[in-house]
Amino acid sequence: MWAALDILTQANFWAATLRIATPLIFGVLGALLCERSGVLNLGIEGIFVAGAMSGWLAVYLGLPLWGGVVVAALVGALFGLIHGLLTVPLGLSQHVTGIGVTLLATSLAYFGYRVAFPNVATPPRIEPFPPLDVPLLRDVSFLGPVLGQQTAFTVLAFACVILLAVLLARTPLGLALRAVGDNPEAVEAQGLSVVGLRIGAVMAGSALMALGGAFLTLSAFNAFYFGMINGRGWVCIALTVFASWRPGKALLGALLFGALDAYQLRLQTITGGAVPSQIFLMLPYLFSIAALVLVARRADYPRALMKPYFKGQR
Amino acid sequence: MIAPTAPDRPDRTPHHTRPPVLSLSGITKRFGNMVANDAVDLDIRAGEIVALLGENGAGKTTLMSILFGHYVADEGTVHVADAAGRLAPLAGGSAEAALKAGIGMVHQHFTLAENLTGFENIVLGTVPLWRLGFGKAAARSKVARLMRDSGLQADLDVPIGKLSVGEQQRIEILKALYRDVRVLILDEPTAVLTPQEADSLAATVKTLAGKGLAVIFISHKLHEVLALCERVVVLRGGVKVADRPTAGADRATLAELMVGREIPARERMPASLGAPVLRLVGVEVGAPGERDRLEAGDLELNGGEIVGIAGVSGNGQGALAALVAGLKPPRSGLCEIVGQQATRSDPRARLAAGVGRIPEDRHRDGSIGALSVAENYVLETIGSPENQRHGLLRRAAIQARAAQAIRDYDIRCPGPSAPIRALSGGNMQKVVLARVLERAPKLILAHQPTRGLDIGATTDVHRRLLAARERGSGILLISEDLDELFALSDRIAVIHAGHLSPAIEAARLDVRTVGLMMAGHSVGEAA
Repeated sequence: MWAALDILTQANFWAATLRIATPLIFGVLGALLCERSGVLNLGIEGIFVAGAMSGWLAVYLGLPLWGGVVVAALVGALFGLIHGLLTVPLGLSQHVTGIGVTLLATSLAYFGYRVAFPNVATPPRIEPFPPLDVPLLRDVSFLGPVLGQQTAFTVLAFACVILLAVLLARTPLGLALRAVGDNPEAVEAQGLSVVGLRIGAVMAGSALMALGGAFLTLSAFNAFYFGMINGRGWVCIALTVFASWRPGKALLGALLFGALDAYQLRLQTITGGAVPSQIFLMLPYLFSIAALVLVARRADYPRALMKPYFKGQR
Repeated sequence: MIAPTAPDRPDRTPHHTRPPVLSLSGITKRFGNMVANDAVDLDIRAGEIVALLGENGAGKTTLMSILFGHYVADEGTVHVADAAGRLAPLAGGSAEAALKAGIGMVHQHFTLAENLTGFENIVLGTVPLWRLGFGKAAARSKVARLMRDSGLQADLDVPIGKLSVGEQQRIEILKALYRDVRVLILDEPTAVLTPQEADSLAATVKTLAGKGLAVIFISHKLHEVLALCERVVVLRGGVKVADRPTAGADRATLAELMVGREIPARERMPASLGAPVLRLVGVEVGAPGERDRLEAGDLELNGGEIVGIAGVSGNGQGALAALVAGLKPPRSGLCEIVGQQATRSDPRARLAAGVGRIPEDRHRDGSIGALSVAENYVLETIGSPENQRHGLLRRAAIQARAAQAIRDYDIRCPGPSAPIRALSGGNMQKVVLARVLERAPKLILAHQPTRGLDIGATTDVHRRLLAARERGSGILLISEDLDELFALSDRIAVIHAGHLSPAIEAARLDVRTVGLMMAGHSVGEAA
């Protein structure tokens, strides 16, 4: 029993929490940016895969690590452009288009990988982001080891939370984004472009999603594997509702999920096989469902979410 | 301030000698074969309040949509005066261009983002998007000055969704003024207001016009047009049929210009009362805390009379209507409908007892869009032997009866098999009316029976309801339109915050008193 609680005092556990949460932070931020503008982006799972693969490949081919990050973001924005063009000016079903983008992006990433490496048994490796080494922090007890294991990529995720929160709350652009997800007519009547705002938001959101994927291959691991995204994108869609479309709560949700995942891994080793490991694997997902049941009933959805807008038609 | 050319003192120059600030010439717009606007010319001068009248489908909305950039005209030009007063052509198809040229529009359905505050809605789109801040202090003081000058008061710092409809409209007008408009278009601005709010809006519009703003006022309500506007432009079938000063015009002449034929005056016989068809004693509907609930309702309605329920929607009419239709049960109190105690929610039993229902929202509750006119017509009697045998629909008989109703009620539609969603609002309402009246109901629930209908269709609905009254039906008329309530009702009760006032003979009431009661004053205070 004490062993189960003891996990919480281990620096190792908290370091893992941050590591697991980082891609989710990017994903939830991306999803909430899209949804705040009124577009559901179920392409997220595939965009994670494409970001993971393209960022890693760029570095493998000789770009610096930050170059890989930029490539992943651009690839994500490109898939966002596809999703945006189909759902915003053409007004196609956002569900169907999103699933289509996921299938397309996933398959293209796998295809590209196979074309580049037709005959490899073990995935080729790169040199990933090194752990942060901050001179003074290094010596602080507990906090030192927790943060010392993180990379600059995780810092970027936290910076994105703050940037997006300020953008949405404090800037004219954020005002327009919040308005276009609530009532596109209001935006049109004020002389702004609904199509421009929505496509821009979907592209930027998709770029963030792709960064979530790139974190896995450029920081958490050092190679690209098939199936490595493993539903992380879908978890982000659920966490977006949990976060009520707010960047601050998105961070909280991602950290909670990360903590649960890190915890169940350690719990498995303690119980030593007395309980089937699959039970533990389920825990974070059970949490997602429970959180959704509790939160989603009161969720304040952006009013225009999933409603296509056509100019001059009311 | 509002117009750079506007002097601080009221300008005594007669309007017709001033140059126009807005000039439309030869505007034509076609949708397929239909001509929505046919070579329409229109000049508006600074400080002028011009009414734009016309039935639904006459082309008012199309014309204003062209002006505001939602549509592009097929032919014709729009010229707007620039700051120096020179007319310059306006680029079509762009709301941004219209806003830049100084044209503002307050739509009937507000274009406000409900998750933003009033202030945020006002400044939305006025600052370049890539700018980091708003220049909040300057914007604040400008809005404060506009509120002071125009007399438009509203809370700027709560989300729009929490404001009343009147306040939302004031935000809409402030939004236009904030952009220094020279021409303001108001589309059916009083449709959602109480009479007092409408009076205060009229005063505001006059103030603004006094400062040089040109106002285009679109309305169905002719008495408002006559009271407020100096000039009236009438569209019919896309053509401008009149452009005249309001002085010397009256409601009958304007109505005839709009409809293109004489409107027969409504005749009403004195009521000959029958047995009670609805009796409510201390009825409560809806749980405490629920929106739109009835807290205490006492009412008696007899056959052969019309009792009007006045009130701003959301004050408990919905609960009352749901109770009568059998969609909600009474929580407490005594409710007797056509001689039967109603204790449960049972819409089918109500239909069987002889209740006819004209629902508030004919699209959502009155019809099923994908079904045909004939299928919608028999929806409530689908189980009767006339409509089915051994569980199979008698299609031929249904079609024949629907075709008869189409002739009797003059329903304009391609035929009984056409899907009902293809019909205009007025014709859809005629199908609902035919369905209700066919069964000679003892009690008719008419909830906003003419909302959104034009004069022609409204007159028709009124005529049929009065005829049903003469045949002995008791009619519960729930409406926000005081003209309608006074035209039809024998007695009127007012509902406010869930409380139903006693029903008073309409002859002993006036519009002002009822308006005050709708705003929450008691009978004594109001009278």
